[in-house]
Amino acid sequence: MDSNQIQTANRLRARKKWYSIKLFLIIIPFLVLVFLFSYYPLYGWRYALYDYRPPYKLSDCEFVGFKWFTTLFSNATKRKAFLQVMKNTFVMSGLHIIFSWIPMAFAILLNEIKLTPYKKVVQTLTTLPHFISWVLVYTLAYSLLSNSGAVNTFAIQSGWYTEPKLFLQDSEHTYLFMWLLGIWKGTGWSAIMYIAAIAGIDSELYDAAYVDGANRFQTMWHITVPSLLPTFFVLLLLNVASFLNNGVEQYYVFQNSFNKEKIQVLDLYVYNLGLGGQGGYSVATAISIMKSFVSLTLLFSVNSLSKLLRGDSIL
Amino acid sequence: MANDDFQGKVVQSKKRPLSYILFDSFNYVLFALFTLICAYPFYYVIINSISANDISARGEVLWYPVGVHFRNYVSVTQLNGLLRSAGISVARTVIGTTGTCMGCSFLGFMFTQEKMWHRKFWYRFVVATMYFSAGIIPHYITMKTLGLTNTFWIYVVPAIVQPYNIILIKTYIENTPKELQEAAEVDGAGITKVFFSIMLPLIKPILATIAIFAAVGQWNAFQDTLIYITDSKLNTLQFTLYQYINQAASLARMVEANNGDLSVLGNSAVQQTATSVRMTVAVVVVLPILFVYPIFQRFFVKGIMIGAVKG
Repeated sequence: MDSNQIQTANRLRARKKWYSIKLFLIIIPFLVLVFLFSYYPLYGWRYALYDYRPPYKLSDCEFVGFKWFTTLFSNATKRKAFLQVMKNTFVMSGLHIIFSWIPMAFAILLNEIKLTPYKKVVQTLTTLPHFISWVLVYTLAYSLLSNSGAVNTFAIQSGWYTEPKLFLQDSEHTYLFMWLLGIWKGTGWSAIMYIAAIAGIDSELYDAAYVDGANRFQTMWHITVPSLLPTFFVLLLLNVASFLNNGVEQYYVFQNSFNKEKIQVLDLYVYNLGLGGQGGYSVATAISIMKSFVSLTLLFSVNSLSKLLRGDSIL
Repeated sequence: MANDDFQGKVVQSKKRPLSYILFDSFNYVLFALFTLICAYPFYYVIINSISANDISARGEVLWYPVGVHFRNYVSVTQLNGLLRSAGISVARTVIGTTGTCMGCSFLGFMFTQEKMWHRKFWYRFVVATMYFSAGIIPHYITMKTLGLTNTFWIYVVPAIVQPYNIILIKTYIENTPKELQEAAEVDGAGITKVFFSIMLPLIKPILATIAIFAAVGQWNAFQDTLIYITDSKLNTLQFTLYQYINQAASLARMVEANNGDLSVLGNSAVQQTATSVRMTVAVVVVLPILFVYPIFQRFFVKGIMIGAVKG
């Protein structure tokens, strides 16, 4: 090999290396964004170790160690308040998980409707609520359920009761109400996944079943349902993984002084503590940290469970 | 459904069993009810916003509009901040959606470049952020440190990189023939040229889906205003609506006080009430969604099925 060839080879290698670096340099601005908005906030976890009071700098605040992690359980009142929040979270997520078969049932039953225009109208209108914000859901609920709203007017006209009921201030059925709102908003949308899955079922399965004398209900139970179970199972696992993530918005817009005790799920509690005017930055951060660890543990457990049972991960 | 014909034959040859008839009736009624419950609230606010305000305030408009007029839509424009917040909402939807589409498609494309230095690591660096969150307070403090609180940019800059969309784009590009890019490179096109003139037209279908969901997300966003914004000039329509609901009565009085038009005075059908303000603003907020809804309906299945891909 003469020196010329070596030189050319070296130059080629250098150019390749430079090209590989160049590709990386181009995406740096995006990586910076990811770092700033997702990784850098983790550094803010240190606030949980101080008694942080906003106008002061963190360095001027007292270092308190793990005080905020234990303070939630330090006395009976605080314990009770926190247990109530956990109860709310468990009830809301629990209801969500227990009834997560509803979209699947919705899809199976809708599939039995053979009148296409009817089916289309149903699908269009039941999916619509997914696309509006919780603020708008609140506005609609407020309009319909206030004392001069449609529900009270209709019920009184029909003679079901005489005095208007204040549904939004009701503190006895908060869980039920929040859960029903979730069903109203999400069922049609969540069903789309199952409807698509049903469309993918091999029609020969049905033909074969009818030849064998199966009736409609038997095909539904023995063909449609089993075909949808894998999808259902994955979604169920994902629901379990996000057990503590109820979100803030729905509960925030519907909270008032009457239902506050029952509506405060963990996410809302953290918001209220930290940014709801109480100034509990540090304790809210401490709860977020604990929540992060529990959530990650849940996610990994559920993922291993999925690998074990399905032979495939969900991440 | 695929089994229609077959089932049809069976059913025609025999008598339709009673259980089928019962089941179908039950099924049709069930869906009629659920559909009604889903659609009626929208219909209810619309008919109330165009009905005579005094009748509507008594809650008597249930099934069809009474004393139709459109004055409410003129009156609400006098509400402090409504037009401004509508402008903010439109701006964040347009700019934010463009940012999401360009950012995610470019980054998704770049992550298909196998020659990139430590490509796998940086891809995981981005995707991993889907699975954790530092929490509301650390995020708030970060945004404050960055000087993004109380600026318009808080609405659009964090939306530029969304791991989920990046996975979608990357997977999509990986399923297209590699030869396209190679051919362009032979012709001397650089990486950005390849992206803009070859890839962008190629990924249009997936980009349309992402754009639609990003736009709906931007339009509906509420929490970011709640957390990061104290300057009411930057309030979005959703946030303003939320404030209106809780103060609708005083707002109605404000509109009336601003109303110099004497012909309106004493005419209770067009005088603003808490109900009329609330319903009309609700319609203003929901209308854009209702308008684009038929267009983006065909993206639904794609939109939710892409949820099935993994990182």
